[in-house]
Amino acid sequence: MSGATPATTTTAGASDAVGESRRQLTRDGLAIAAYALPVGLVFGLTALQAHYSFLDVLANSTIALAGGAQFAAAGLVKDGASWLAIAGVVALINARHLLYSAAIAPYATAQSRRERAVMAHFLTDETFALALAHFRRIGRFERRGYWIAAMAIFVPWTIGSCLGYVVGGAVDTTRLGLDIAFPAAMAGLSLGMVSGRRDAAAALGAVVVAVPVGLAAGASLGLVAGALLGPCFGLAVPPSPHEESSAPETPEPSSEAGLP
Amino acid sequence: MSIALVPLAFLMWGVTYPSRALPMLAPGIERLPSWAVTYLRLAGPAALAALAAVNCLLTSDKPPRLLIGIEPVAVGVCVLVVARTRLLLPGVAAAVLVVAVTRAMGVAA
Repeated sequence: MSGATPATTTTAGASDAVGESRRQLTRDGLAIAAYALPVGLVFGLTALQAHYSFLDVLANSTIALAGGAQFAAAGLVKDGASWLAIAGVVALINARHLLYSAAIAPYATAQSRRERAVMAHFLTDETFALALAHFRRIGRFERRGYWIAAMAIFVPWTIGSCLGYVVGGAVDTTRLGLDIAFPAAMAGLSLGMVSGRRDAAAALGAVVVAVPVGLAAGASLGLVAGALLGPCFGLAVPPSPHEESSAPETPEPSSEAGLP
Repeated sequence: MSIALVPLAFLMWGVTYPSRALPMLAPGIERLPSWAVTYLRLAGPAALAALAAVNCLLTSDKPPRLLIGIEPVAVGVCVLVVARTRLLLPGVAAAVLVVAVTRAMGVAA
């Protein structure tokens, strides 16, 4: 009896720690959800301007589930870009998820391949940020925690996108200035990803390349050229002190922006 | 209702999912050279900045022309607000407000 008490206490303590971490995760998740919903509205409006149908919007937000890339794709669709160009830009924007997946992988080794395959679909910036913080707090993987993190962005983003599309159809978007929402959101999102001089150089370099190439060869080619060559400008400048210590475990997700 | 862009959603999934899944399903694949890791990290801000630039600095004509108008100013306002608040929504709202007000006043087209 006396021998069982410490073990029981330890188990209870661990359970409390998981519960406390999960409550923290839920609070953080609600903050992200509150932000993802209105940004989803902006995407819905953007998609409307690019002549998506409601089902196209729903499919984009649930199947692609890639906020910044969804905005990019909508802009390219509007410009009449080829799907190959769209796929290339989307792949480039979302390549950072390699780093997120690599950081989550050590925690998920005990999960089945099927479960990891499903988890990967929902591995957005926010899911990564929320789940990794939770796993670090409790020192292990926790299934319920991962899905709380995933749904904190998936549900409001999808609802917001659909609402934005429906509401946007009822208003004059140009008169209300809503046509500027897309480039403004892109610029803001880009800034949200800048955490050092290399990021800043990459973003500015992309603009410096994209505009003249766009003028000479069309907006879509300008975009692709800027996206491909911009990072080279970043690689050419010395990193900020915190960028030097950047490791796969510490990528900086754009969770502040409220996008998947 | 059209579903013309649903296949595009699947295509976008097809080029996104490998980045999300490969390190979890095939451990070791994430061991890229450091320059490649850095390039991948920098691709996000670069692609989004390029997208913002071509959409607010170029007209939709073919071939495009440099756009002189309230739009680049509004995007600049958004950048300033986001830099100050670190939040996207107030920045986008400010940009929309600038464009809406100037158009209502007849200052901008």
